[in-house]
Amino acid sequence: MFELLGVSPPALFGQLLLGLINGAFYALLSLGLAVIFGLMNVINFTHGAQYMMGAFGAWMLLNYLGIPYWGALVLAPILVGITGVLVERLFISRLYHLDHLYGLLLTFGLALVIEGLFRREYGISGLPYSNPLPGGTNLGFMFLPWYRAWVVALSLVVCLATWFIIEKTQLGSYLRAATERPDLVQAFGINVPRMITLTYGFGVGLAALAGVLAAPIYSVNPVMGANLIIVVFAVVVIGGMGSIMGSIVTGFGVGVIEGLTKVFWPEASNTVIFVIMAIVLMVRPQGLFGTPK
Amino acid sequence: MTTSLKSWDMPVFAAFVALGLVAPLFVYPVFLMKVLCFALFACAFNLLVGYVGLLSFGHAMFFGFAAYVAGHLAKIGTVQLPFGFPFVGWVWLTIPLPPLTPELAILAATLVAALLGLIVGLIAIRRQGIYFAMVTLALAQMVFFLCVQAPFTGGEDGIQAIPRRPVFGLLPITNDFVFYYVVLAIFCIGFLIIYRTIHSPFGQVLKAIRENEARAISLGYAVDRFKLIAFVLSASLAGLAGATKAIVFQLASLTDVTWQMSGEVVLMTLVGGLGTVFGPIVGAGIIITMQNYLAGFGEWVLVIQGAIFVVTVLLFRRGIVGELIAFAGRWQSSKPGRQDELAGEGTVRPTTP
Repeated sequence: MFELLGVSPPALFGQLLLGLINGAFYALLSLGLAVIFGLMNVINFTHGAQYMMGAFGAWMLLNYLGIPYWGALVLAPILVGITGVLVERLFISRLYHLDHLYGLLLTFGLALVIEGLFRREYGISGLPYSNPLPGGTNLGFMFLPWYRAWVVALSLVVCLATWFIIEKTQLGSYLRAATERPDLVQAFGINVPRMITLTYGFGVGLAALAGVLAAPIYSVNPVMGANLIIVVFAVVVIGGMGSIMGSIVTGFGVGVIEGLTKVFWPEASNTVIFVIMAIVLMVRPQGLFGTPK
Repeated sequence: MTTSLKSWDMPVFAAFVALGLVAPLFVYPVFLMKVLCFALFACAFNLLVGYVGLLSFGHAMFFGFAAYVAGHLAKIGTVQLPFGFPFVGWVWLTIPLPPLTPELAILAATLVAALLGLIVGLIAIRRQGIYFAMVTLALAQMVFFLCVQAPFTGGEDGIQAIPRRPVFGLLPITNDFVFYYVVLAIFCIGFLIIYRTIHSPFGQVLKAIRENEARAISLGYAVDRFKLIAFVLSASLAGLAGATKAIVFQLASLTDVTWQMSGEVVLMTLVGGLGTVFGPIVGAGIIITMQNYLAGFGEWVLVIQGAIFVVTVLLFRRGIVGELIAFAGRWQSSKPGRQDELAGEGTVRPTTP
């Protein structure tokens, strides 16, 4: 078998696929964060916990109600999205008139509460969730498991659909207008507070969808979101939250770079994203796709 | 603190110190030392959030990394530094050192924390507000991973059995009572440095940056340099607290570098009162006491801490000391002839006009 830069192709492409999978999660999560931030100016620290709730939602639907993966894929994001709507109405909406840092502190506290409750109930060892698409195909240079291909494909479709809705439809134009001037949009007779609530619910739903997708790959675990969300924050800083397409491209790109680092310099794979973030901040503080203020 | 209440700061501090001097007669000194270390940590954090308006969500990196450095220097001494470039190779530069005495180990660790603060600060102050919080959190996570992988930190075990050699060669700090007074002195030095900073002309410029950065720039202040100096100072004092804690507990572990620790210091300062002089001390006392009593409840501690975050932000975001000052202000201004302006005291940065 031939070698590429001293690395065998199956190892290289295997890590590349893993990078794409991670990138799919980064893209879905940072997209949700960007949509929420755009309209509410709140960084949703609860995002990781809501991703975890999505995975647990799938697990609970299967084990308590017997609803299989494909049902959970639709139901869990909707259910978790509804909890997001409640969180926005009950808590976050009370802080809009304050410094945005209070929104960060509040959502951080909520994340601790949610994570703590799940840890108390389910422990931290993790629960198994069986793969709904076992098997795969041999592409000649690597083995492609069906489920992983499905995750990357679905994530891409959802990301692009979100981009299309926000950038190309009338609903999206209301949303973008409300990002710029909520008072003016309200004056045109559009219910901006309700739009904000539903947008938060949608962003949370995206996080939960990522959680359902992650359930068969990683075990369902109360702490699965906490560490991931910090990496996603770094991804958000790298991309800048100015553009929807920017978050998608950055998410996948950073995932692939992380995967390649695992092949060529494994010791640095944990830190490479943060190093990229530091470099981007030095060269282009507003982020790759951000607009300078 | 430019109000008439400022005159109360020193008497209150004197009362704190008096309380601190007699406290070990009634309370277990190791517990008190823990409170003092975290109080200093919270004060250092508060310097940044309360007086510059920069919320760092990664202050554990200075606290925890300084703990490792102090632990290593006090236990082993010899330092190995990697030199080289990625993909090219490393050379280990060895500096042979004997195990250091505690005061030198703490001092060196504080300097290392200052250096780390300089590097992190140069990167982080390029963004403000929410982005600043995210950047510091991400960089702290990077330091966490470095601590997991670096050979000198001992991985999951940490650095254990850090010796408590006599301070200055004469104070036997193996005795908890003696060590307590050393820690109290360290705390007082750190506190007075912070107090002096926020009441100096330098501190006034920091507050101006917090209130209106654009105006501070237009007045000709090199805003970034002021922010960086404040960041380095805050990082060094957080390091001082962490290094002291490592010698007190004779342990430096990964717990002190985690993002949960960064969250804890935010919680302490928030509960006590962001931007108040004594708030972080009160907050640290409350949270550490709570952790002590709730230690047996396992995961509930996380839930309760999160709930305190939510309740504090929603209901009394000035914090305990902030609410007391506001109450005192209302009481004073209700008297004829006294109209002190207290609006905004104890809040991060009021955005509404």
